[in-house]
Amino acid sequence: MKVELEADKCVASGQCVLAAMDVFDQDDDGIAILLEDRPAPELLDDVKEAIAVCPAAAIRLVEQ
Amino acid sequence: MADILADPVSQEPDTAPEFPMPRAARCPFDPPPALKELQREAPLTRVRLWDGSEPWLVTRYAEQRAVLGDARVSADTDRPGYPTKASPDAGEGKLSFIMMDDPEHARLRRMVTAPFAIKKIEALRPAVQRIVDGLIDDMLARSGTVDLVEAFALPLPSLVICELLGVPYDDHAFFQDSTKTMVRTTATPAERGAASREVAGYLAELLGKRIADPRDDLLSSIAGRVTAGEIDHRQATEMALLLLIAGHETTANMIALGTLALLEHPDQLALLRETDDPKLVASAVEELLRYLHITHLGRRRAVTEDIEIGGQVIRAGEGVIMANEIANRDPEVFPDPDRLDLTRDARRHVAFGFGVHQCLGQPLARMELQVVYGTLYRRIPTLKLACPLEDVRFKDDAFIYGVHELPVAW
Repeated sequence: MKVELEADKCVASGQCVLAAMDVFDQDDDGIAILLEDRPAPELLDDVKEAIAVCPAAAIRLVEQ
Repeated sequence: MADILADPVSQEPDTAPEFPMPRAARCPFDPPPALKELQREAPLTRVRLWDGSEPWLVTRYAEQRAVLGDARVSADTDRPGYPTKASPDAGEGKLSFIMMDDPEHARLRRMVTAPFAIKKIEALRPAVQRIVDGLIDDMLARSGTVDLVEAFALPLPSLVICELLGVPYDDHAFFQDSTKTMVRTTATPAERGAASREVAGYLAELLGKRIADPRDDLLSSIAGRVTAGEIDHRQATEMALLLLIAGHETTANMIALGTLALLEHPDQLALLRETDDPKLVASAVEELLRYLHITHLGRRRAVTEDIEIGGQVIRAGEGVIMANEIANRDPEVFPDPDRLDLTRDARRHVAFGFGVHQCLGQPLARMELQVVYGTLYRRIPTLKLACPLEDVRFKDDAFIYGVHELPVAW
């Protein structure tokens, strides 16, 4: 599974960072950055939570 | 009430219930019982507003998120069908980007996102802890009954947002009075307009000073955008006004109403009083945000193209109101939703809204509330309400729900 982030959609709520700190960070303007597009399986639940709470629907998981 | 608010031009008998609805007198923390009824019956229903218009009311969680995340719905209050309310922005102009759509909304919003990044907010936590400790010290130095709103709940967010923006806290009496008028539903549009113009004038002048002589604060950063020609002075003033207002009433009401809810749920209060686990405190904050939901008049939008939500087609030009308070009590998402349970995972609540307009200040609000709920009851373990619950005046007359005063003793 691969994580995709559309930074153009990001509204800098920081929700993804709170849900999955090992996978997401923010740049100086608060816009989300993907730290790890193929996170370890044990982080998948956190990533799913990040997807669920992202207000801008900017994150998704794709089959790879 | 029904007679006064009835639509005088309607020819047909109308069954749409009025919105907003009254809460049950004995359940000040619960949404109105009629809202719960509507949620049980259908995800969407027509309601009637004070002016006779009949927008859609969305009551369920999934459907609310679908509407708020849809680019075919507009936050522009000038759009046809936008559900009218006596608006807090009754002054001139719009309350900046919260009343705009992308791409202009995104362009303006991104100008002020930097200070709200998680790490920058975390860096403020020690300073917020010092302010909280100082305010509690001052309270403890007093005796008898203290109003928690005046002594603690309002000064904390006010001090913090003033510091962040670079607005002199010494002027707080002036702008707190004005912002209170702006969020009071019983204020006339003229009163709200006057209050809004007063604070806007004050902020416009302060922005002028920061343009001439920038400092290390958010107002100076906004001023820099004016200097760079990215926005004009009026847009900058509207942005500053939005940030100042949003930083005040919301967090203050969460602190006071949250404390009252905890005092009425002693078993839950005990959890906070006896823990030093930041995870439990963080979870408690999310649950109180879900349970109390102080933005109790719903989030409003106008639909710009026909959309289908919850099996219902909403036509272009129709209005939609998301009653977020009842979505946060949707049993499909939050089992046993009317129970305050600080240990539940409530993070998916929509207390900050959803979609591109979701609250910009939420990391700051969360951090402030975590410091407050993690400190206040440990420092004052005997904190108690100093009047009967029936005597507490709830803010049914404001855009942000809460209590007018909270007399406490210890």
